[in-house]
Amino acid sequence: MAEQTLTNAEDAVTTPEGWDSVVSDWSSDQRAFKNVPWGKAMMWIFLLSDTFIFSCFLLSYMTVRISTTVPWPIPSEVFALTIFGESIPLILIAIMTFILISSSGTMAMAVRFGYLRDRKKTTILLIATALFGVSFVGMQAFEWTKLISEGVRPWGNPMGAAQFGSTFFMITGFHGFHVSIGVIFLFIVARKVWRGDYEVGRKGFFTSRKGSYEMVETMGLYWHFVDLVWVFIFAFFYLW
Amino acid sequence: MEHVEGQQHPIGIYFKIWGLLFVLSACSYLVDYLDFQGYVRWFLILLFMILKAGLIVSVFMHMMWERLALMYAILVPPVLVLIFVGLMAVEGDYTEWTRVIFFGLGEETTPIIHH
Repeated sequence: MAEQTLTNAEDAVTTPEGWDSVVSDWSSDQRAFKNVPWGKAMMWIFLLSDTFIFSCFLLSYMTVRISTTVPWPIPSEVFALTIFGESIPLILIAIMTFILISSSGTMAMAVRFGYLRDRKKTTILLIATALFGVSFVGMQAFEWTKLISEGVRPWGNPMGAAQFGSTFFMITGFHGFHVSIGVIFLFIVARKVWRGDYEVGRKGFFTSRKGSYEMVETMGLYWHFVDLVWVFIFAFFYLW
Repeated sequence: MEHVEGQQHPIGIYFKIWGLLFVLSACSYLVDYLDFQGYVRWFLILLFMILKAGLIVSVFMHMMWERLALMYAILVPPVLVLIFVGLMAVEGDYTEWTRVIFFGLGEETTPIIHH
């Protein structure tokens, strides 16, 4: 914290605005990303690399969907659920979308209350976020089970193009894996906040560095990214 | 000392963005529910997708309050993916074309080339 205050005080006088600030930040001797703790900058860079991974998945999905001559299964029908005797298209996916967005909302507020040192609210919001995440993964498991029982496999399915199964399991599986890892870390961070680790400067088990409430924001970045990826999966895989 | 401690913004903005994301998600679901087809469908899907992604990155991930150096470092590289999209779209079209020409329309319907 002290280090940051120092750089801030210096920067306040000297740093230019706009494009000039990009040039001066990047060409400065110390660090390119001012005002941002290293953990947060690294999380952003990790998310950038993750963006490329998910881009590659969605791109290969696009390529096989364009190039196949067999009709693509209609997602609206494949993911329809019969509720009260009526078939509603894509309803489970819509519910999953709303759940993930809600978890992003609670996460954003957890970050805010973390900086306000409101440990109780932060912990509750983090756990709420994690529980939303758990229910999301649960619904995904239900969806996988349903599709597998209908005969969808990575190498073929009764509804149409064989590539449907491989891209579906690959893309949603990798996303679900991200959600699961996020849930685990949400519980870890919630415990740390509850115990007051970020106030007494207790060392982390992973980095053995003293954490601060910026960790909650870094956790938030990852969680919002998971939500962000779902926005693209929802648009390209389920709606297209 | 106040602004040193990371990102602090009034809680109202999170509720507003949350609400907006709900509305936008409902809109993109309606695209399917009301069964829009063709270019209208694709346009609407992309529109709602970009709006949602923009709100999440700029407000929830606080990108709009970060310095330009970080903003450009993170947001410019993904733009290059669009070039990849263009390349693979061309490649996909070409593959489909060769399949139609040499293998006929689909494995199930016309086994012309099969042994």
